[in-house]
Amino acid sequence: MPQQPIELILTRQWASYLAVPVWVMGENGHLSYYNEPAEAVLGRRFDEAGEMPAEELATIFQTTREDGSRLNSESLPINIALLERRPAHLRHRFRGLDGQWRLVDVSAFPIEGQGGRHLGAVAIFWEVEPGTEG
Amino acid sequence: MDVTLWGTRGSLASPGPQTAGYGGNTSCVEVRGADGQLLILDAGTGIRPLSATLGAELRRVDILLTHLHMDHIQGLGFFAGLYKPDLEVHVWGPPSTTLHLRDRLARYLSPPLFPVQMRDLPSRLMLHDVPLSDFEIEAMGIKASLVCHPGPTVGYRISENGKAVVYLPDHEPALGARRFPGDANWTSGFELAEEADLLIHDAQYTPEEYAEHIGWGHSSLPQALAFAAKAAAQEVVTFHHDPQHNDAMLDRMVEQARRAVKLPFTLVGGTEGATFAL
Repeated sequence: MPQQPIELILTRQWASYLAVPVWVMGENGHLSYYNEPAEAVLGRRFDEAGEMPAEELATIFQTTREDGSRLNSESLPINIALLERRPAHLRHRFRGLDGQWRLVDVSAFPIEGQGGRHLGAVAIFWEVEPGTEG
Repeated sequence: MDVTLWGTRGSLASPGPQTAGYGGNTSCVEVRGADGQLLILDAGTGIRPLSATLGAELRRVDILLTHLHMDHIQGLGFFAGLYKPDLEVHVWGPPSTTLHLRDRLARYLSPPLFPVQMRDLPSRLMLHDVPLSDFEIEAMGIKASLVCHPGPTVGYRISENGKAVVYLPDHEPALGARRFPGDANWTSGFELAEEADLLIHDAQYTPEEYAEHIGWGHSSLPQALAFAAKAAAQEVVTFHHDPQHNDAMLDRMVEQARRAVKLPFTLVGGTEGATFAL
């Protein structure tokens, strides 16, 4: 794994101190880090799960719109922030690694570094409804 | 490649009998290539005495700024090379999203802070945003990366003939880290410093002082040593000494560090005038 840029390092350290769930994605779409509150939402500790490539993420996490209808991955806030380099917000349902479905509000923004470098994206989750067996 | 320390003090020039051993001038390091190329790392007050050594035959000098805090640029206006019409002076600094390097430096190099305008300097002055990647200056390999310090700040790795000197004068890689040092790839500055033959690193504080200055952008000496060990550096020079630390205090800090643990590298207290041949 290559050296991470300082902007991503500091984002990860900032996230590690927050009480709300935060994901940090690298510019290649890898889930580079999620914090302890996110572990509760995702259902697995980051130390166990480690970094995940985008293809693996798509197979692990299931998402639907709030009403349960299909939600394309391109419409997820984190992917909009990552691929379109703009902020995005959406309420949707989400099934974590623990198999629980949760209703979450997600806000995401791109990480734009010095020198015009697009470095990844951050997603912040607010759980609207606690998880239920799906 | 020869490396000479012309200023090792941090934050504020601190002359006087109590600091004469380590020196009171702020950050400035000379790197001479095998063919006489001259790179100057930072333009603290140490650049003024360096100026006196410029040979008449010199046609080009490159000043690589890590960042634009005052202790790293204060000597720039007193660099004799800027007043030599036949000298090409290239100044490199970290990119900004808002202002060109010239505009940022002009805040200092203009009245009322300085009597001479940059545009009136007789040398052939060229300013560059430093590429955040590998590049070359006069056949010397340069790698610059942004590192953890308030405001855009880079560290430098300079390589020639298989040897590398790494310069991280203002660096707080432990900021926010729950374990330090942790994963190498998630440690600020690691890639620059990895297996450096000579690592010049911020060691401003004692652990007790660091606890009161978290987020100010500097390291304690033990943090610097832990970083250097993680990076497998061969020789480590302490740098950016706190203005409050006199020679006796700095001697004690270095001696305590040597005694505390078996260091996997040579530790040298950074003193003005010290030279290193790589």
